[in-house]
Amino acid sequence: MSAFPLASFAGAIEFIFSPQTSNVTGGNEVGGFDKSMELVLKHLEVTVLALAIALIVALPLGLYLGHKGRGELFAVGFGNAGRAIPELAVIALVAVLIGVGLKTVAPALAVLGIAPILVNTFVGVRQVDPAAVEAARGMGMSELGIVRKVELPLAIPTVMGGVRSAAIVILATATIAPLAGVETLGDFILNRNVYGENGLLAGAILVAVLALAIEGLLALLQRRLTSDGLKVKTA
Amino acid sequence: MRTDQTRVRVLLAALAALALTLGVAACGSSDDSTTSGSTEGGSAGTIQSNPDNGKVSLTIGSKNFPEQEILGEIYAQALSAAGYKVKSALNLGSETVALKAVKTGQISGYPEYASTALTSFFGLEPEEVPADATEAWEKANEEFEKESLEAFEPTPFASANAVGTTKETAEKYDLKTVSDLEGVSEELSLYGSPECPQRIDCKLGLEELYGLKFKSFTPVDIGLRYTVLEKGQADLSILFTTDPQLSAESDKFVILEDDKEVFPAGNIIFVTEKKVAEEAGPDYEETILEVQEGLDLKVMQELDARVELEKETPKQAATAYLESAGYIGS
Amino acid sequence: MASPALLAAAGEVGGDFFKERTSGTLPCQADGSHLFCFDWAKENIDRYGEPAQQHLEIVVLSVVIGFAIAFALALFAHRSRWAQPPLLAATGVLYTIPSIAFFFLLLPVTGFGRDTAVIVLAAYTLQIIYRNTILGLANVPASVKDAARGMGLTERQILLRVELPLAIPEIIAGLRVAVVSTIAIATLVVFINAGGLGTQMYGSGNLTFPTSIIIAAAIVMAMALAFDLVLLTVQRLTTPWRRVGSA
Repeated sequence: MSAFPLASFAGAIEFIFSPQTSNVTGGNEVGGFDKSMELVLKHLEVTVLALAIALIVALPLGLYLGHKGRGELFAVGFGNAGRAIPELAVIALVAVLIGVGLKTVAPALAVLGIAPILVNTFVGVRQVDPAAVEAARGMGMSELGIVRKVELPLAIPTVMGGVRSAAIVILATATIAPLAGVETLGDFILNRNVYGENGLLAGAILVAVLALAIEGLLALLQRRLTSDGLKVKTA
Repeated sequence: MRTDQTRVRVLLAALAALALTLGVAACGSSDDSTTSGSTEGGSAGTIQSNPDNGKVSLTIGSKNFPEQEILGEIYAQALSAAGYKVKSALNLGSETVALKAVKTGQISGYPEYASTALTSFFGLEPEEVPADATEAWEKANEEFEKESLEAFEPTPFASANAVGTTKETAEKYDLKTVSDLEGVSEELSLYGSPECPQRIDCKLGLEELYGLKFKSFTPVDIGLRYTVLEKGQADLSILFTTDPQLSAESDKFVILEDDKEVFPAGNIIFVTEKKVAEEAGPDYEETILEVQEGLDLKVMQELDARVELEKETPKQAATAYLESAGYIGS
Repeated sequence: MASPALLAAAGEVGGDFFKERTSGTLPCQADGSHLFCFDWAKENIDRYGEPAQQHLEIVVLSVVIGFAIAFALALFAHRSRWAQPPLLAATGVLYTIPSIAFFFLLLPVTGFGRDTAVIVLAAYTLQIIYRNTILGLANVPASVKDAARGMGLTERQILLRVELPLAIPEIIAGLRVAVVSTIAIATLVVFINAGGLGTQMYGSGNLTFPTSIIIAAAIVMAMALAFDLVLLTVQRLTTPWRRVGSA
């Protein structure tokens, strides 16, 4: 275990806000507020894009399977397996087999997010009170209507739990996306030679803050989307 | 509902999977990783283990690409054979990270290219880098001494950065030298390591000394420098002159001649702290110098090929070299 | 200066050291677009033993430590209700912060190496184990506890003999998720020089070598599956009366 005496949180904070002279010759400036915000936005861009793809794929599938009551083994198994996939392998394989860059990395990240969304959507819909579904059917609602107006709203807390899990894993993996040529906050962390130890810490701090912010936002969204009747039940 | 029978089967399957993973772990761990071996007698060139060295602990570092890791392993295994307690800390990062590791005592020393030391650490312009290996080493050593460091004498082989591309691209734009890129480079994408834009023997030099502008620059891990060319994503990529792909796949890749000599070639010099060298005794420098004598260009390329093409580990390649050259007994 | 005697006889590699390599004769593993090279895999499978062992050690250490802490916290919060929201929030924060960032946040304190890896991975498991333990304990019907109290059991005895046994399935469910997640995330400790199977996915030419990446990932997932199934079986064996839902 080695000491790390050359960085401090103060230095990292400074790095975020004002440019510093680079470690490497050429004397270029690195860091600073503009660059930090640029990478934060890039990180967000990849995360949101991948999350959107994951939602588009997993949400309808989970709703369908849950509504029909089919494919439990598939959905749950997929969810468990998804948790076991090492992110580094996904990024590395994409880089060598398909190519580097946003076009290939975003779908790869999305794959990691599909599992939690699929499982949670499926489980959420399955756990909806069958009586409610029967009642809606009795009232003459179409199957699609039942999904939209009964099952989905009731399943929101569980579904959102899956979305939040997906967001976390996607955001985390976006941190190593620079290995596949996509610039994100991971740049500060992985390229210590350019940004120095202060940059390294700054990157870590920014990723942590960003993750907490996204999580907070999604928690708020969840509260907004959860109908009042449910809020009492799921304290 | 699962029956008891199914439950038992599940448990057996799980235990089997567990046993398999533990089996792989046990199987591999018996592959002994210690390399210290005292070689009694043997041929005159074999490294002798000196019991005095057993009191000294060394950590050998290296930068973050295969050629560096091979060198680190060679030195580490050699010093281990000489009786030192050796740990390795390979794959540290680029030159600034490695130098800091030496200065802070995280590692005892690492192999650096004399040209990189002169341009990156000491701010020389590429044309000021001496072409002669011994001169370059002396100049670097002068500067290192000011920081209580020292560099051992150079290896026979030298390596340099190079601008590389696919044969198709070279033919399409009629590129033979880097200067041929003038007027063409604005349409081409350049891929290089993350520190490339700031190094005079990389993109910075291409911009300032060749006056080239590129359509784009994408930082990628050094390990992907050929992949990005093969996948057609990079028009130009920064390669090394010692890369095995250049000879083994010469029908796919070419390097452009560095006609303005912006990419100086550098021999390897081992950088360490003066006081570390003193405490370690004379065998430290002697062993390192001895074991690198056999590293000419052909040998280094062969070692690089074993790791990059045949996917041997740097450790395996280093051991093969040390045994074949008779430095350690097999 | 090196002594001439040492330099004299060594330094020439054997003639058979070199190999002719041309585009046509390159082995499977030299081409990054080859998905899997079976011959290479068969010959080099030993290489994965040590990283796998390191990986396992780090995971077991982290989960044991994480479980111990989370379990203790849950027991405490079970009694002292006021502590539940802050503890849930605190463990939640530790879970949300991506491990790779967390590793580096600890650098000024614990530096590179295994210690940092274990601390971060243990912290990551806290939320799921804590939450599931609390949930498990809370799900014990009040009637059962009342009955126990009626029989004269002390609060402590109730906890040990009634509440915890009934909470086991929930606790193990949480442990399952924690173990599987930790096994996957532990691949990232390569970035703080703590070894593990991540070393076979990144660095030393592995980045252009799908075979190695796939083998390492397969071992990771096999490990995860193995532990998951063992724990699942324990979960089912300890609750013959209950149908186990998904985690």
